[in-house]
Amino acid sequence: MAGLKINNVSKSFAGFNALTNVSLDVRDGEFVAILGPSGCGKTTLLRLIAGFEKVTEGTVTVDGNLMSSPSINIPPESRRVGIVFQNYALWPHMTVSENVGYSLKVAKVHKTERHRRIEEALALVDLNGFGDRRPSNLSGGQRQRVALARCLVSAPSLVLFDEPLANLDVHLRASMEDEFASFHKRTGTTIVYITHDQAEAMALADRIAVMDKGVLVQFATPRELYEQPATKMVASFIAQGMVFPIEILSAQNGKCRARMLGHDVQLRCSSDQKVIAPANACIRSADIELVETGGIPIEIQRCIYRGGGARIEARPLDGSDLELHFDLPEPKRLKAGDRIQIRVISGWVIPQEYVS
Amino acid sequence: MLTQTKQRQGIDMALIAGVTLVVATLSILPMGRLVFELVMPQGSFSLRPIQTAMGSSTTWTATWHSLQVGVGGTLLSVVLGTSVALLVSLTDVRAKSPFVLFYVVPLLIAPQVTALAWLQLFGPASPFLKLVGLAPALGSRNPLYSTTGIIVLLGVQYGPLVFLMVRAGLRKLPRELVEAALSSGAGRLTVLRTIILPLMTPSIIGATALAFVSCVGNFGIPAFLGIPANYLVLPTLIYQRLAGGGPAVLSEVAVLSFLIGLIAIAGILAQDYTSRRRDYRIASTSLPAAPFELGGWRICFEILMWSLIVVVLILPILGLFLTSLVSAYGIPLNAKTVTLANYAFVMFDHTAASRAFLNSFGLSIAAALFAVVLAVPLAYLVTWRVRWWTNFLNLSVELPYALPGVVLAIASLLLFLKPLPILGVQIYNTIWIIFYAYLARFLVLAVRPTISGLHQIDRSLEEAAQVAGAKLLYRMRSIIFPLVAPATLAGGILIFMTAFSELTVSALLWASGSETIGVVIFSFEQGGDSNYAAAISVLTVALTFILMLFTSLFARHLPAGVLPWRD
Ligand SMILES: Nc1ncnc2c1ncn2[C@@H]1O[C@H](COP(=O)(O)OP(=O)(O)O)[C@@H](O)[C@H]1O
Ligand SMILES: [Mg+2]
Repeated sequence: MAGLKINNVSKSFAGFNALTNVSLDVRDGEFVAILGPSGCGKTTLLRLIAGFEKVTEGTVTVDGNLMSSPSINIPPESRRVGIVFQNYALWPHMTVSENVGYSLKVAKVHKTERHRRIEEALALVDLNGFGDRRPSNLSGGQRQRVALARCLVSAPSLVLFDEPLANLDVHLRASMEDEFASFHKRTGTTIVYITHDQAEAMALADRIAVMDKGVLVQFATPRELYEQPATKMVASFIAQGMVFPIEILSAQNGKCRARMLGHDVQLRCSSDQKVIAPANACIRSADIELVETGGIPIEIQRCIYRGGGARIEARPLDGSDLELHFDLPEPKRLKAGDRIQIRVISGWVIPQEYVS
Repeated sequence: MLTQTKQRQGIDMALIAGVTLVVATLSILPMGRLVFELVMPQGSFSLRPIQTAMGSSTTWTATWHSLQVGVGGTLLSVVLGTSVALLVSLTDVRAKSPFVLFYVVPLLIAPQVTALAWLQLFGPASPFLKLVGLAPALGSRNPLYSTTGIIVLLGVQYGPLVFLMVRAGLRKLPRELVEAALSSGAGRLTVLRTIILPLMTPSIIGATALAFVSCVGNFGIPAFLGIPANYLVLPTLIYQRLAGGGPAVLSEVAVLSFLIGLIAIAGILAQDYTSRRRDYRIASTSLPAAPFELGGWRICFEILMWSLIVVVLILPILGLFLTSLVSAYGIPLNAKTVTLANYAFVMFDHTAASRAFLNSFGLSIAAALFAVVLAVPLAYLVTWRVRWWTNFLNLSVELPYALPGVVLAIASLLLFLKPLPILGVQIYNTIWIIFYAYLARFLVLAVRPTISGLHQIDRSLEEAAQVAGAKLLYRMRSIIFPLVAPATLAGGILIFMTAFSELTVSALLWASGSETIGVVIFSFEQGGDSNYAAAISVLTVALTFILMLFTSLFARHLPAGVLPWRD
């Protein structure tokens, strides 16, 4: 088991800054997901941790040992970090057993011992009896399991996953998610897990690091990310929150009054929130309810039926070009062009230091 | 509507029939004629030629020699080419593009020019060795006139061929496969041994087969290095028999050329068999792995690599160049003896030589142009109109190039020995027989890049034109040809370079009046006029180099891998 400390790491490729000042402190045995849109630098961060790329600035420390700094770069083969690639990266010229046992063979583990540990690792991922097959004769899910077994067999202190489920179909994903979760529970290994799928990250991780354009924007528990997003990007990226401009009227003890779309609303805020005029609030679907009178008038643009409920897309009538989207339970039948009124019953004020 | 459909089918059928006819004439017909000659020598069934050829001990000695230099040359080129490919592809050595450019050049220089250059470098008359004061005594034997000499030169000539194929394989190696091994704790050399080399076996085996076929079929190198030492391989034996006996011995040399064809095919089949069992199908669009850092060793490897360039390219060309400047054989080069007279002689005074320039120029331009025009419809059928027989068409185009050049030359001789039926035109002993053989042999060099160009183009581009009402020929002219033109033209330039100083085929097919540059170099060298031979060779090497640089100018528009010297 090992903690991972990433301190002020930057990485540039020929002048292009792929990562800027990323700091991340992963506790021993923690399951951390790194979440962000495609191209935001997730893979680059992972490859820095594994030692495939050198840092431009900053340090990477595993279990108290300095691994990377601008002057030091422990080679990947000496880091004892396991990695599971998005495309599995199974060696096509070896059988499943040979793939799994590779690191043991490299470490010159005795044959019988090696055999035992290969069997053990295959059993762990439910692939007993598949040892003599070639990777090309396996299904996508089985290949992913072999990749996992290959990484587990040497009991690494830190395991890195790079979008391991991106190439699998929806049903397999769910079962592999369970498998990863139970693997983590059983072994207590520290895991850094990359994904662009926020549902996956929420389901698996103790904490999630959200990245955007090479910058770490928020590192928090799934609940905190959902309830208290730190930036507009996090607010809209996680569960598709809506971001509205507001004017704060008063704020104290984590509660505030504000004006939104010409109406007074009650919102949650951080305890040190200042009273400032232009600010933003994150509103979730559950924060909206329909009212007959006295609410914010909106016009429905689209109403998408979604078995058991409907998703509404609408615009406020005051002429601003904001877009609202929220879910409603079935009974209310609405159609495009209908005008209704809504009330915002709660929401989160995006903290001032990030207002841009 | 119905008539339109019929008309369209008519044009399609005409295209298919036309292309098939041309391919048949260039490939199936000569090969069929050769096989026919084996069974029915001179038109009636007899086993005499086979008995004569197989009963002669020279046949078996030459076969043994062919295998000897074939295997030796192949081993050397595989070791050289693979090591260089690994260094260039996997490590952080600097200046890779210029290195690749220089390393691949020997492949584009005709084998007899390579042979001549090395002979001039190491021979007792070598102006270079005289300059540095290392020349052996005049009259002593050139160490290259030996089996080892032939093997070394074959290795130098075809090492780049192996290099190109292994490098192409290494480029497709996904970095994750290497990185997974590294994070399993394997060191760089272990990764090389257990992951990279095993994954490269299909490329290496393929390259080995190709190198073997090229070594066994090579004529220029054993002709220059072996004939003086009376060391004959099958291609040079065929040449000598034919030069001595004329058309009368055609049936017998047909047997010999069939024999060498069999050896080549055995090599190809062995490769096919092994690669079938080791087909890993690496399919990946991932980036190549980060280069291994050599640290302090980098400079050592760089010195080693550039020494290789100096030894296999710079020194021989320098030796050739110095020889071409000396007024007569064996005279040391100094301010008094340096002269351009050799150049003036071969270009203006010697009628056969100046004629050869025109002949080779005309032949290679014409072959390149015809091949470019034929390649587009042919590649179009093979890639976008796939039927069960299109693959066969493709194989037929490959055959005359895959088999040793002497096989095609003998087949052409057999085919055209008598005047053409009906027309009554005599092609034998004219330049047209060489033209026919060049076209048959080199067509594939334009077809291959066109096929890979078409593979990279979305078929819907043609379909859009079809929907817009364009007929087949119009689409071919307005859509398909412009799209693949750069690739096809690059193939044409490759044909020009190869054909310009070609020897194997023309040595067997030339007659007075239809000499090629290769033939003239060969006869000068055989007559002891190395200085003239060197002067012509320098001119062809210069032309090759200029063409390479010129083609690189429009390399941006080409599909990757069309120009072998572009990294
Ligand atoms: N070896 C490299 N050379 C140049 N640019 C790179 C390299 N690797 C990644 N990048 C760039 O860095 C950015 C982040 O890439 P990556 O970490 O792969 O994103 P993600 O995994 O989040 O999709 C991208 O813009 C990518 O083009
Ligand atoms: Mg990625």
